[in-house]
Amino acid sequence: MSFVYLYLLATALFIFGLKRLSGVRTARSGNRFAALGMAIAIGAALIEAGVLTWWALLLAAAIGAVVGLVLAKRVPMTAMPELVAAFNGVGGAASAVVALSYLAGELIDGTVLADTAGVSTDTAVTVPISILIGMATLTGSFVAYMKLGGKKMSHPVSGSARHSLHAALGFGALAVSLWLVLYAESTGMQITAIVLLVAISAVLGVLLVMPIGGADMPVVVALLNSYSGLAAAASGFVIGNLLLVVAGALVGASGLILTKIMCKAMNRSLGNVLLGGIGDDDVAEDARDYSNIKESSGEEVAMLLDGASSVIIVPGYGLAVAQAQHVTLELATELEARDVQVRYAIHPVAGRMPGHMNVLLAEADVPYEQLFELERINGDFQNTDVVIILGANDVVNPLAREEGNPISGMPILDVDYAQTVVVVKRSLSPGYAGIKNPLFDLDNTLMVFADAKEALQEMVNEVKEL
Amino acid sequence: MPFEIIFFVFVLGAFIGFEVITKVPPTLHTPLMSGSNAISGVTIVGAIICMRADNPTFAQVLGFLAVVFAMVNCVGGFLVTDRMLSMFKSKAKKKKEA
Repeated sequence: MSFVYLYLLATALFIFGLKRLSGVRTARSGNRFAALGMAIAIGAALIEAGVLTWWALLLAAAIGAVVGLVLAKRVPMTAMPELVAAFNGVGGAASAVVALSYLAGELIDGTVLADTAGVSTDTAVTVPISILIGMATLTGSFVAYMKLGGKKMSHPVSGSARHSLHAALGFGALAVSLWLVLYAESTGMQITAIVLLVAISAVLGVLLVMPIGGADMPVVVALLNSYSGLAAAASGFVIGNLLLVVAGALVGASGLILTKIMCKAMNRSLGNVLLGGIGDDDVAEDARDYSNIKESSGEEVAMLLDGASSVIIVPGYGLAVAQAQHVTLELATELEARDVQVRYAIHPVAGRMPGHMNVLLAEADVPYEQLFELERINGDFQNTDVVIILGANDVVNPLAREEGNPISGMPILDVDYAQTVVVVKRSLSPGYAGIKNPLFDLDNTLMVFADAKEALQEMVNEVKEL
Repeated sequence: MPFEIIFFVFVLGAFIGFEVITKVPPTLHTPLMSGSNAISGVTIVGAIICMRADNPTFAQVLGFLAVVFAMVNCVGGFLVTDRMLSMFKSKAKKKKEA
């Protein structure tokens, strides 16, 4: 029974590690405690499993470890959203395959799963759930991965027919699950049921993520994170392992908390995000009707910055696309050398995953004390000389303060209260919400139409010459 | 193991999760996500048990596949989280390095 205590030790380390992961100073050690817990869990599993085909196990572990290592070390920081999505996906896949392996080990020709010796009816029910969550997490993460990589995808069915289709697939999964657990007696029927269940789950995962727009990706990534935990918990139900159940529940909960934070940052309910609100490609007719656009250049902005005493930089997805994080720091360093106070205002859903901007700026060595969250910096915009917006749009749209548009009520950064607002953007095209941004028309707004990296480089050069 | 006990533990585990992660600073949203995702790689335990020698061959083959997936998940997840966290620097630390 000794392995049970090792599982308990691993569980404790996971909880302890997760706790430390949510504090800036303790995060790195927290991650290591969790990794230690994983090593202990693997040791315990080896004891529990008993006789193993060692060469096969070592081969599988080596393949997985090498792939994981290479991905973790090689993938550039700008591709982190894709990598996180991919890891969520393989986690789901592992859980689904464990449930399939359980079926392969237990199912007997001539007996339905629920009547099989050694399989309780309760456990039998959790098997299809585990396959469903695991497969849907896998294919949903794959679609998220493609979307994060910039691939455009739209749902094959639109309108209310879409919801009917999803509901039909959901009922299909339920029916096939019941068939598998209670009625599929012969091996042929059992295999048919399993294949159908895997297929329906896979299609559901794809269809549920497909219609979700780019601006909503942080919610989806956080939600898939939660699902990868639930998938692990579900396989814990199947094989009766409490470590998997607790660890999965922990991850499920933490993913759900993040999902909630993201939804709150957009003033939308989870249901609204999943059923598709913003993100469908409709653009308002007046989205490009601007009358008071003042185009500016790097040179003019440099002069403005030179005379400023406080500057706030607002990064958005455009910063990530242009990979402008390093040149951003260069400009900030140049300004700080001239006694300009530089801070960064980070909107919770800026970018494509929770915390995207923080990771990107950290890569460029921006100290995290200079990154301010919305609540902490919003009151300071009115005392700020220059705000530079780098490829952000909806999160600084003052229309959010008004009623009757897709972003009404969404918390925004109050950049328009600053002395001067510089918007670096490639064109006047609307953000994901598909509406006009009156910020661009304000008297105190200057537009620099360029790629964030080029525009910033020009500003750095000009500031240096002053 | 009785289903009731497993379910009981699941609900308590979820409560612990909600309690432990009450306030997450935005700086840590991504590392928390990838770190917790690495923890969900704990499925490796189930995968190893599927590979035990007295299991039917096909079940073992699926176990092999599950070990590969779960291993990518935990090794990659923990390492990339560590890589990310190593980049988060405070002003004081940055000066020390310079």
